[in-house]
Amino acid sequence: MAEINQSKIRNFCIIAHIDHGKSTLADRIIEMTGLLTSREMQSQVLDNMELERERGITIKAQTVRIVYKAKDGEEYIFNLIDTPGHVDFNYEVSRSLAACDGAILVVDAAQGVEAQTLANVYLALDHDLDVMPVINKVDLPSAEPDRVIEEIEDVIGLEAQDAPRISAKTGLNVEEVLEQIIEKIPAPTGDAKAPLQALIFDSVYDSYKGVIVFCRIKEGSIRKGTQILMMATGAKAEVVEVGYFGAGQFIPCEELSAGMVGYITASIKNVKDTRVGDTITNAQAPCKEPLPGYKKVNPMVYCGMYPADGAKYPDLRDALEKLQLNDASLQFEPETSVALGFGYRCGFLGLLHLEIIQERLEREYNLDLVTTAPGVVYKVYKTNGEILELTNPSNLPDPSEIEYMEEPIVKAEIMVTSEYIGAIMDLCQERRGIYEGMEYMEETRAVLRYRLPLNEIIYDFFDALKSRSRGYASFDYELDGYMQSELVKLDILINKEEVDALSFIVHAETAYERGRRMCEKLKEEIPRHLFEIPIQAAIGSKIIARETVRAMRKDVLAKCYGGDITRKKKLLEKQKEGKKRMRQVGNVEIPQKAFMSVLKLDDKK
Amino acid sequence: MKPLEIYVHIPFCVKKCNYCDFLSAPASKEERQEYVKSLCKQIRSCGEAARAYRIVSIFIGGGTPSLLEGEQMTEIFRAIRDTFFVEEHAEITVEMNPGTVSEEKLKVYQTAGINRLSIGLQSADNGELQVLGRIHTFEDFLETYWMARGMGFGNINVDLISAVPGQSQESFAKTLRKTAELSPEHISAYSLIIEEGTPFYKIYGERPYVPDCEYPPLPDEDCERQMYYDTKRILTEYGYRRYEISNYAKPGYECRHNLGYWNRTEYLGFGDGAASFMDHKRWVAGETPNLLTIEDEMEEYMFLGLRKTEGVSIPGFEKQFGKAMETVYKKVLADMESKQLLERQEDFIRLTERGIDVSNYVMSEFLL
Repeated sequence: MAEINQSKIRNFCIIAHIDHGKSTLADRIIEMTGLLTSREMQSQVLDNMELERERGITIKAQTVRIVYKAKDGEEYIFNLIDTPGHVDFNYEVSRSLAACDGAILVVDAAQGVEAQTLANVYLALDHDLDVMPVINKVDLPSAEPDRVIEEIEDVIGLEAQDAPRISAKTGLNVEEVLEQIIEKIPAPTGDAKAPLQALIFDSVYDSYKGVIVFCRIKEGSIRKGTQILMMATGAKAEVVEVGYFGAGQFIPCEELSAGMVGYITASIKNVKDTRVGDTITNAQAPCKEPLPGYKKVNPMVYCGMYPADGAKYPDLRDALEKLQLNDASLQFEPETSVALGFGYRCGFLGLLHLEIIQERLEREYNLDLVTTAPGVVYKVYKTNGEILELTNPSNLPDPSEIEYMEEPIVKAEIMVTSEYIGAIMDLCQERRGIYEGMEYMEETRAVLRYRLPLNEIIYDFFDALKSRSRGYASFDYELDGYMQSELVKLDILINKEEVDALSFIVHAETAYERGRRMCEKLKEEIPRHLFEIPIQAAIGSKIIARETVRAMRKDVLAKCYGGDITRKKKLLEKQKEGKKRMRQVGNVEIPQKAFMSVLKLDDKK
Repeated sequence: MKPLEIYVHIPFCVKKCNYCDFLSAPASKEERQEYVKSLCKQIRSCGEAARAYRIVSIFIGGGTPSLLEGEQMTEIFRAIRDTFFVEEHAEITVEMNPGTVSEEKLKVYQTAGINRLSIGLQSADNGELQVLGRIHTFEDFLETYWMARGMGFGNINVDLISAVPGQSQESFAKTLRKTAELSPEHISAYSLIIEEGTPFYKIYGERPYVPDCEYPPLPDEDCERQMYYDTKRILTEYGYRRYEISNYAKPGYECRHNLGYWNRTEYLGFGDGAASFMDHKRWVAGETPNLLTIEDEMEEYMFLGLRKTEGVSIPGFEKQFGKAMETVYKKVLADMESKQLLERQEDFIRLTERGIDVSNYVMSEFLL
């Protein structure tokens, strides 16, 4: 391959609030630079997981290399690194950004600056990226590009007067974006002769090639045969292939050198060896120090996952192992529950991550799952000096052995129009939020800052936020350490038997309310039996709430439907079928969905 | 010759009742004539196949079959008798609503060989009749009943419905007594089910009572069960015996046609939506027959047979399937007996009183 002049390379990403048109713009750029004809284009090339398209979000970082012939007659190479669009994947986003030299900021011409817009811009600026704003959706009747440009200048402090006013959907003015990329996003720097220093920003597992590592070469160069060392994990390997990204395909090349973005394969068997954020160097001539910013991401949210059909336990293990090949942040270990049998305690980056994995297990691996209520990682300080990281409420030691407990806290920024400030403050208050401040961005909109316990926002906070602001509030958060807290374990007893899979940790003040609602919910979910079933919520031995499922009084099908026996049998079959979806605890049959009902304890309907 | 039952469906009524989900609707004179014509054609088309059977019962159900002209009824029976061999003492029933028959019509019925009448009274309280959307009063019923008696009909069934919206336990007891006083040979007492697609479903749905509506609330479950217990108690006083979950008869007057369903006697249904059972196949008019497996038949033997007060015969099962009931249903039988939902009486297994209350649950357990 011919020598590539660094000045003709642009490495950038697109950042935006959800739904502001990030993926659509990416598609348009790919299409307009002729990498694919529009006929070959499936809508949103970069979101290639079925789930990503369906949900309209990017889950995994995707990268594509485009050749653009600019108006100055020169050919430029664009490496577009599409970043995940959700706070759960914040670390991945930050590593993707670190692989870029600039960012295109897409802002919706009607909605203006939103919470994620701000969060993403700050993140980009933290990585010293040059941010180039683009006003999208100017073809909408409600578009107010002038107002939005002013907002970007006032709120973010970015020069935006000459921001392209585009419609990524129709392709309007996208050409201008391409020209501005050359002009406003800096070319990479770096010395191709220096010791190798490459940043891993993603990796995927391929059953033939092993792990395919996505990286940005900061210094030096890499080619087939290079002995490499992953500086954080210490893993070593010999490079088998290097290359760059076509649309949806890998194109091998001779060498990757400073400033370039591409992939390497080295017969690596496990993505755990190629942690996102790690630095690759030459094992024989290592660089002095790794690139900054690496950290090992730990799961934030845990839940139990059980196969609905106990016989599928090995299938669940296989499926989790396969998913883990591509997703180093997914963790799991076997656990058993009295109520649910054999399953896994799984750790996720957040609730979205959890939902995605759950859906993929169900869809791609055809598993019917029972999931227990998600919880966060608590720190339990025991009287004997031990510190326990608690991921499963069932493992909470006896209260007499606990000195105190801590729970994870997040710093949240909520952007909301002024009429809903009161409602949102109430919500944060209810969720034990600590008010940190508020700033008006313009007359009608403000940013609220709160510190909130993570366990208060993982269930339904986002839904509550949307419903109480009629969709006008946007939200972003980051972890902000641990805080001591008055926490208790709430147990649920069904027909006097504790159901381990229903236990959860909750703040002492809200325990009563949560226990009450939980009992009410379970009363709805558990069908009537031949006998009366008490449902109780308890803290230790103290019962704090109770409901009763009355005994089944009657269940008679009186009519004979004029000899239509088939119809009668169908009714009986339905009844029997319903029983199959139950879990037997003691002599009570609990429907599988009851185990997830804690998730839907929305307070205000 | 094997025994066979015939069911004929007449899907016409003056007005649909609020609880009814059977196939029926008001229809014009011409439509009715057209229907009878095609019905007779269907019956006659059985031809040769019919020769292997003797007809032990015929049931003309609806809708309101008594809406047909006497002549139309005669045509139907002519078609049946031309095609099938009807036993001399076959039970031949026609359903009717009070106020829809005249002496002339009943005369025609007698001539056609009809020997059993099933009259839909539902309630002896005129207010309740109105709630149900019936077209008659209790007095209309009395007139029809005595007319039939006067003409010598010696086997009459009266249909009752319990758990009518607004009905009290006392009120239903009154209906039971007023009916039993008349001494019909047979009483069917079903409790109201809110079926989808009925006007009641729109009002009551699967929820309890909706306030601010002109209809009174449904009796609660406890009250409904009390009505059920009262039915047995009161009717026993008058010499009736419960022989099936919802059916009561003077000795010797059990409805043979209905018992045939529970005993899995074969039957042919004619008319829209009518169900048939023959040669191990079940089908509904116009649909593809469904061939029953041995398992299907065992299940049916159990869940149909358990409707009968006497229960299912243990040796009967083995005789029919060549396998002991005990081996096929060991676990379920033990479980249900230990929960006191089933009990053994010599060669029979039957529902206990509590078992009747939750019979759906018990029966569903017998699905293999």
